[in-house]
Amino acid sequence: MENILGRVLPEYIEGYGEVKPFSGAFNNLGIKSKKQVSVKCVAPSDVKLVESIKEALIKCEIKDGMTVSFHHHLRNGDYVLNMVMDEIAKMGIKDIRVAASSIFPVHAPLVEHIKNGVVTGIYANYMSGPVAEAVSRGLLKYPAIMHTHGGRARAIESGDLKIDIAFIAAPTCDEYGNINGVYGPSACGSLGYAIPDAMYAGRVVAITDNLVAYPACPIEISQEYVDYIVKVDSIGDPKGIVSGTTKITKDPVGLKIAKMATEVIEASGLLKDGFSFQTGAGGISLAVAKYVRDVMKKNGIKGSFAAGGITGYIVDMFEEGLFEALFDVQCFDLKAVESYRRNVAHQGMSASLYGNPHNKGAVVNRLDVMILGATEIDVNFNVNVTTGSDGVIMGGSGGHSDTAAGSKLAIVVTKLLKGRLPIVVDKVTTVTTPGETVDVIVTERGIAVNPRRQDLLEKLKETNLPIMTIEELKKLAENMVGTPEKIEFDDKVVAVVEYRDGTVIDVVRKVKE
Amino acid sequence: MKLRRTMLFMPGNNPGMIQNASILGADSVILDLEDAVSIDEKDAARMLVRNALSTLDFSGCEVVVRINSIQSDFGYDDLNVIARVKPDAILVPKATSDDIEEIDEILSIIEREEGFKLGSIKLFPLVETAIGLENIRETILASKRNIGVLLGAEDLTADMGIKRTREGNEIFYARNRVASICKAYKIDAIDTPFADVNDVEGLIEDTKRAKAIGMTGKAAINPRQIDYIHEVFSPSMEEIMYAKRVLKAKEEALKEGKGVFSLDGKMVDAPIIQRAENIILKAKLAGIIRE
Repeated sequence: MENILGRVLPEYIEGYGEVKPFSGAFNNLGIKSKKQVSVKCVAPSDVKLVESIKEALIKCEIKDGMTVSFHHHLRNGDYVLNMVMDEIAKMGIKDIRVAASSIFPVHAPLVEHIKNGVVTGIYANYMSGPVAEAVSRGLLKYPAIMHTHGGRARAIESGDLKIDIAFIAAPTCDEYGNINGVYGPSACGSLGYAIPDAMYAGRVVAITDNLVAYPACPIEISQEYVDYIVKVDSIGDPKGIVSGTTKITKDPVGLKIAKMATEVIEASGLLKDGFSFQTGAGGISLAVAKYVRDVMKKNGIKGSFAAGGITGYIVDMFEEGLFEALFDVQCFDLKAVESYRRNVAHQGMSASLYGNPHNKGAVVNRLDVMILGATEIDVNFNVNVTTGSDGVIMGGSGGHSDTAAGSKLAIVVTKLLKGRLPIVVDKVTTVTTPGETVDVIVTERGIAVNPRRQDLLEKLKETNLPIMTIEELKKLAENMVGTPEKIEFDDKVVAVVEYRDGTVIDVVRKVKE
Repeated sequence: MKLRRTMLFMPGNNPGMIQNASILGADSVILDLEDAVSIDEKDAARMLVRNALSTLDFSGCEVVVRINSIQSDFGYDDLNVIARVKPDAILVPKATSDDIEEIDEILSIIEREEGFKLGSIKLFPLVETAIGLENIRETILASKRNIGVLLGAEDLTADMGIKRTREGNEIFYARNRVASICKAYKIDAIDTPFADVNDVEGLIEDTKRAKAIGMTGKAAINPRQIDYIHEVFSPSMEEIMYAKRVLKAKEEALKEGKGVFSLDGKMVDAPIIQRAENIILKAKLAGIIRE
């Protein structure tokens, strides 16, 4: 069958089930139910602190076929997922589904577990590195399921994603399970992605390298959700956890794109008092923050909030009074961690609060402007951030689709050519984010506005910005580098790309070898 | 009128940079085959620049190629290859009147052979020696192709045996001479680049100094310098608003049949009107105001 975007999907996928085709970004709202959670009650005399991960696994009654979950605040410095999976493998358990909010190169040992049948399924909002390559090569028994950040929270809350045991990497924890991310050698700040796991998993295990006296305040995840606590030597490598200083790119082409994107924001009329904004942590996206900051300072604009993963740069803007508050689902550097610890208005948010379409209103719905990246964008404004130019998985939505859907103005910033490949194409390899939620694409050679946004187009025509149609933009790129040959795929589905509402927006097929 | 507030130098052997030359916002780009390219890469750079000129769309950005001196082993080959793909202009290093005359002749032959309009490839002499500075008038008069002079202060101060400083007092005379003679012959006077790309304040001050004595634009060696230079060389909003008022007052005076008129209590005469028209034209060319 085909979904509304014309993507060909199987009706049923082994290991996934029946496919609900994507039918539009806002077509699946209405009344929704949350799942019931069973709780193993704790008596006053019970002790939650256990000796080892193995003991926790035994107490949680780990068995074949279970789903275990992890969160990715420790990013490429995370030790927890590998420690737990190694223990599970040693115990001879098989057929485990790993529900990790994101998977990074540090999780390479998972590939062995995939090969020997310990791991047969993966849920992730983003994956890069050896695991993503292994999935793309078809090594995983069942197709990986790719969520959005908000979609994962939705899936957990609704019961679509049933977590048997959640493992919380806890930078600081007490013996009764109160957790925070702001203290300890592996401090990572907000624990927003772990919150749905803690609230809805069958069992919750906190793994910490900083066990402190009860109570571990400030409490981000509280004792009422946590079954067991394990103390280990280290939960992560600080070098991989924080990206260090977040620097503005010096690449003149990137800066030009960022400057033009800022002019688009100005022309939209949204950059005024009460402005709300989100952007990514690197490259062109962060450079947009720099130019937005300049305009806000110059014109004395006082914004409402900035949201998302928070960088030191956004903290600077907050501390300069350019924003009243920050909504933080994960901290990208130590400056953000420090600010999150100190400032009450630097507010933590759960993945559900951030982007779940099936709650009573997510923060993304309150965003004026969102700056997004793209690996490819097609003439219908559909964006791919899941697969690379070789068809191999190298990312995923993360918050891409959530923020695009929620924000008033979703701007894709990208170079028109990357590594001699045109970024604007007839049809993207994989649809991550539907074109109906993307308003404008800004490249160094031209800006294209989604025809759905005639209001914005009219405003931009008043400027000196190089406005053109997306077809013209595509032609411009092709005139320079030609049209690349199509990648050939097998029929085998290696990943299912779920939209934030749980419908299937696309599938990733195995690349022909 | 062509705006040349900035002329951005780019190495002629860097395909990634050349590909993006036209989108960085400079009014002109100078693809460099001379100092930016080591001896063993001269041939490759020449071919790269030739191919770039014949395939890429520089979309309105003026393309100038700095060839090697025709006194060197590479200059003639540079000229012969590059002129055939018709750059807007050739930047001639350490230019003398003899060099310019000879290049003019060669260009005329190539233009005839290639069917280009005679005289369509322009020239920029680069003044970077004491003798070049003193003979600048003859150099300009050596060819009608000359559309501007670029002052190269690093080589000039080296030739003079004096120290190049952030303040640039040592090139005060050179700047004045270039600015004055260029104005006399109605061609552009392009100031030397500011070498410290991280010193924004220094760049802005240096650009202001150059503009104050009549230089019409400035060479840049990094795309990040472009906006700052443009800021200095573009008319300010205040200037534009005043110019608009002058022109409006002029129109009204014409309607009323007045030859002389005043604005804000001051008499407006021909030079003020000329200046106002120039400001509006520059503002339009710079994209500050719309047509």
